[in-house]
Amino acid sequence: MSAIVSLHNVVKTYTRGKQTVEVLHNLSIDIAQGDFVALMGPSGSGKTTLLNLIGGLDRPSRGEVNVAGERIDQLSSGQLAKWRARHVGFVFQFYNLMPMLSAERNVELPLLLTNLSGAQRKQNVLAALTVVGLADRAKHKPAELSGGQAQRVAIARALVADPTLLVCDEPTGDLDRTTADEILHLLQMLNKDHGKTIVMVTHDPKAAEYASHQLHLDKGQLVEGSAHA
Amino acid sequence: MKYFPLLWAALWRKKARTIFTLLSITVAFLLFGMLQGVNAGFNQAVEKANVNRLITTSSIALTENLPYGDMAQIEALPGVASVAHASWFGPYYQDPKNFVFSFPVEPERYFAIYPELVLPKEQLDAFIQTRTGAVIGAALASKYGWKIGDRVPLHSTIWTKPDGTSDWNFDIVGIYHCPTDRQQESAFFFNYKYFDEGRSFGKGQVGWYIIQVKDPTQSAQVAAAVDKLFANSPDETKTETEKEFQQAFLKQIGDINRIVNYILFAVFFALLFATGSTMMQSVRERVPELAVLKTLGFSDTSVLTLVLCESLLLCVLAALLGLGLASLLFPGLKDVIGLVSIPTPVIVEGIIGAVVLALVVGLIPAWKAKRLDIVEALRG
Repeated sequence: MSAIVSLHNVVKTYTRGKQTVEVLHNLSIDIAQGDFVALMGPSGSGKTTLLNLIGGLDRPSRGEVNVAGERIDQLSSGQLAKWRARHVGFVFQFYNLMPMLSAERNVELPLLLTNLSGAQRKQNVLAALTVVGLADRAKHKPAELSGGQAQRVAIARALVADPTLLVCDEPTGDLDRTTADEILHLLQMLNKDHGKTIVMVTHDPKAAEYASHQLHLDKGQLVEGSAHA
Repeated sequence: MKYFPLLWAALWRKKARTIFTLLSITVAFLLFGMLQGVNAGFNQAVEKANVNRLITTSSIALTENLPYGDMAQIEALPGVASVAHASWFGPYYQDPKNFVFSFPVEPERYFAIYPELVLPKEQLDAFIQTRTGAVIGAALASKYGWKIGDRVPLHSTIWTKPDGTSDWNFDIVGIYHCPTDRQQESAFFFNYKYFDEGRSFGKGQVGWYIIQVKDPTQSAQVAAAVDKLFANSPDETKTETEKEFQQAFLKQIGDINRIVNYILFAVFFALLFATGSTMMQSVRERVPELAVLKTLGFSDTSVLTLVLCESLLLCVLAALLGLGLASLLFPGLKDVIGLVSIPTPVIVEGIIGAVVLALVVGLIPAWKAKRLDIVEALRG
């Protein structure tokens, strides 16, 4: 399969005060379309930084980042925003739902950037909530949902605009084992049944087992894994 | 419109804070509506002043009277078409709070010089012939339910009779209209002769003269000629156009325009800080949420626009509430101002003011939201 994510000699440095810290060192990775990759490694190994680069939330200091056929490290801020809206769905550890909006309004947010009519948006929102098994909780606000349900809503929000790639940062980090397994099953189903490419950062080896490939990072370098070039 | 639920929900994220902010803006715009309405009422009176008419008063003060005999001399001056006079009677009806704008006049002269006051001929004739006759404006008649044939007692706060009383009885013989300016329909005119004969002091004097000029372009020359005529006399005069006279009269109460502007400046200056800090706090609390919007694909400019729209929604909604309340309360000032509703330009000014306020208080938080770095914001 062709690579949907391709990083070539990527370096990422941060400046903290007078100190410059290199977080990623000449990293090169290819992730194939339809893959489910778990990014693992100790804290500070650069997992989230790598995920942010793949998701177009951050830019590399050097190197190339090609995702979904576009060299995203060269896009302007506005172009990158449009690109994210079209190609990436994000799932965060703490769900990051809008507390004052109902589940369906949260899921609708990415669709506000499209030209879909109100009726079409409603239809797509319902479809996404049905996929995650929460159609009956559409009118509930995040505070009225359990952790697992809130994360399902977040996944529905990530899915609703039919992105090329799902980017998940510790999606089960805030959940108990049973709920975490339900969420991971859901992600696996989205990968297998809906063909979604998923890149997931996790500390949890059990969670990583749900992925088809694992990539291990340490001190900003890839130490092992089957999905890298 | 599709963003409205998002904006509305963001606005009500902290209900108590939004309600208090909304109330403070509402009160500010209520004040704006009422004060600017009053101001507009006064300004309108000045703007409607006739350019063909001059007013002659004592050069010492408006409260000083002038000899009745001056009228013939003024009338003889070149450029003068006709002359009338009026005096300040200052009465109330039954209760001091029922103040009546009342003036003793010579009926024929007065109604000839004010053609905008429409009085049927038979009523004018009755006015001339009835010593205790009075002609009242339609609004005043409606206010107290007075009609032709009624006998109305007024208590003057200035003019006593030789027997020491200040109660004057009048017979209503006519009701005038002023189709061009309904504010003018609140006056009470009665015969100067009855007034002059009945008062215990100040006999043979009038409050001011109204001069109709033949050519409005010659107003300045006629005014100078009148004042020159009485220069170095015991009763020196000051003659000015009706508009200047109205302005001077209003300045006796105070520079309404300036007072209103100072009050509103203070109110809005305080409001700027109150609303500005609310908006800043609201955005600061929502940094992770705004960052999530950006991850979803909202551009920096979209986020800036959303925050500005939120500020607009808050300020314009509160302004509409405030101006709406002012519109409801304003008719209560009808007797003082003469206007029955807040003029439309004041409402428009208010809405424009709300938009400007929203943009000013929303700009800094919106700019901060625009500049928000997603990675930093999500890291918390």
